Amino acid sequence: MYSQGLIGADGRTTESEEFLARFQARIDAEEKIEPNDAMPEGYRRTLVRQIGQHAHSEIVGMLPEGNWITRAPSLRRKAALLAKVQDEGGHGLYLYCAAETLGVSREEMTEELLSGKAKYSSIFNYPTLSWADMGIIGWLVDGAAIMNQIPLCRCSYGPYARAMIRVCKEESFHQRQGYELCMSLAFGTPEQKAMVQDALNRWWWPSIMMFGPHDADSQNSDQSMAWKIKRFSNDELRQKFIDATVPQAEYLGLTLPDPDLKWNEAKGGYDHGPIDWSEFWRVVKGQGPMARDRIKARKKAWDEGAWVREAALAHAEKRQARKMAAE
Amino acid sequence: MAVWEALLELADDHLVLGHRLSEWCGHAPMLEEDLALPNMALDLIGSARTLYDLAGTLEGKGRDEDALAYFRGERDYRNCLLVERPNEDFAHTVLRQLYFAAFMKPYWDRAMTSTNAVVQGVAGKAGKEMAYHIRHAGEWVIRLGDGTEESARRMADAVEALSIYVDELFDSSDAAQDAEKAGVLPVRAEMREAFDAVIADVFSQALLTQPDVAYGQRGGRTGQHGEGLGHLLAEMQSLHRAHPGATW
Ligand SMILES: [Fe+2]
Ligand SMILES: [Fe+2]
Ligand SMILES: [Fe+2]
Repeated sequence: MYSQGLIGADGRTTESEEFLARFQARIDAEEKIEPNDAMPEGYRRTLVRQIGQHAHSEIVGMLPEGNWITRAPSLRRKAALLAKVQDEGGHGLYLYCAAETLGVSREEMTEELLSGKAKYSSIFNYPTLSWADMGIIGWLVDGAAIMNQIPLCRCSYGPYARAMIRVCKEESFHQRQGYELCMSLAFGTPEQKAMVQDALNRWWWPSIMMFGPHDADSQNSDQSMAWKIKRFSNDELRQKFIDATVPQAEYLGLTLPDPDLKWNEAKGGYDHGPIDWSEFWRVVKGQGPMARDRIKARKKAWDEGAWVREAALAHAEKRQARKMAAE
Repeated sequence: MAVWEALLELADDHLVLGHRLSEWCGHAPMLEEDLALPNMALDLIGSARTLYDLAGTLEGKGRDEDALAYFRGERDYRNCLLVERPNEDFAHTVLRQLYFAAFMKPYWDRAMTSTNAVVQGVAGKAGKEMAYHIRHAGEWVIRLGDGTEESARRMADAVEALSIYVDELFDSSDAAQDAEKAGVLPVRAEMREAFDAVIADVFSQALLTQPDVAYGQRGGRTGQHGEGLGHLLAEMQSLHRAHPGATW
C-alpha cells in the first residue's frame, strides 16, 4: 500500500547549475539512476523520504488487517488473509532494502517511525471494525495503492522502480482478492450485505484522500515530476481511481457514500463531491483514530523483540570468534 | 473409534498451532520473522484443511472443513496439549515449533506409504515443510540458547515449561490405533528415535540440557485441554458462529 503522495518532501538542493543540468538530461533521456551514480542531494533526500514512508506504510498496514486474522470466518479466508498480510511485510522489506541503497539503514528508519518523526500512510490510522473491512481494504486501499504505484514502476531511481514492479503484481492480486471478498458479502445474507455497505461507507472517503491534496494545494510536486519520481498528479490519479471504482460498486449493488457523484459526459469521467480536507489534514498530522495505537503496537513489538535481536547478534559474534580461533 | 477421528486429531494439531503462530503476525521481534512465522502458519493451516476435508468425507455426515473447525467446542477438539500452549515469548514459540516439527517430520516421512492416497499427498508436501520448520526453529533455539544471558535464561525457561507436553506426542489414542492398524497413519511411538536425535543435536548446540520430566501432561486427545484453548476457539469461531449458514 502507499502513502498519499509525499508528505512534507524537501526537494531543495544546492548543487551547481551545471551538475543539475547534466542530471536532468539523464532523467529526460529516461536513464535509470543507480545507487552509485552522482545525484543531487535533494533527489536523494526526496527518495529516502518517499521510499521510507512507503516502507513504513507497508509495515503499519499489517496491523489493521492483522486485527482479523484470528477471527477470519473460514479457513480459506484465514489462509488468504495471512498470506496477504505477509505479502505486505515482504513489500516493507524490499522497500527498506531499496532505501538502504541510498545510505540509510533499516534501523534508522525504524527508529524514525517509532519516534513519530517519519510518516506513513494515514489510511492505516482508521480502525478495522468488521470482517468486511478486509474486503474493502483490498478493493479500495490496495486499489488506490496500485493507481499510485503503477507509475512508480517507471520511477527514475532504478532500485525503487524494480521493487515496485514486484510489489505491484502482488498488490493487484490483493485488489482482486479484496473485491472477491466484497462479492461474497454483497451477494450473501442481508447481514453480510449490510456489513460490506457499512465498511464501504467508512472507507470510501479515506481511500479518495489517499491520493493527497488537490494539485493546486500540493507543494513539491513539480520538482518530483521533473525528476520523474512522480509521473501523474494527485488529481489525475484520483480521477482514474474513481472512474474505475464506480462501476465495480454498481456491480456489487453497493452505494458509494457521495450524493454528488455523477457521470460527466463532457470530461468522460465522474464528478465527485467535496472532500473534507480538514479531516485529511487532521489525520495526516497524527490525529487519526488509531494513530497512537498503531505506533504503540509497533513500539511494543520492537521493544519486546530487542532481546531476540541482541541474542542473534551475540550468537553471530560468538560463532565468528570460534571460527577465527579454529583457523 | 474410527479412522476419521484420528485424522481429526491430526487436523486439530495443525490448525491450533497454525492459529497460535498467526497471532504473531505484525508483532514479531523483527521483520524477517513477521514473514517467517506466517509462512509456517500457512503450511500448518494448509495441511489442516486437507486433513479436515478428508476426515469429513470419511465421517460421511456432510461436515466440511469449516463445520469441523468452527462448530466444535473445546471439549470436542482433539489436539495435543503442546500446540495449544500460548506464545508467551519468542523462545517458547520457537521451541514449541521445534518439538512439533521434530515429531511430524519422521511422521510424514512414514506416512508417504499410507494406504490412503490423500494422506500420502499431504505427507509429501508436509514432510518438506517440517524439515524447514525444524531448520528455522532449531536455528533460533541455538541462537537464543547460545546468545545473551537473557536469551539463555528465557530459552531454559521455555524448555522447563514445554518439555512436559512432549510425551503426549508419542501416544496413540484408540482412534489413532485403528488408523495405524489400517495402515492409514504411522505408529506414533515409532517417532521417538528420530525425534530424540533432532532434539539432542539442537540442544547440544544451544547449550541446553533436557530436563527429567517427572510427569508428562496428557489429555488433549480426550478433550481434557488447558484453559487457553477455550479462549483461542472463542476468538477464532466468533464471527463464523454469529452468522450460521452464511458463506464467506
Ligand atoms: Fe504498497
Ligand atoms: Fe503492499
Ligand atoms: Fe497489498
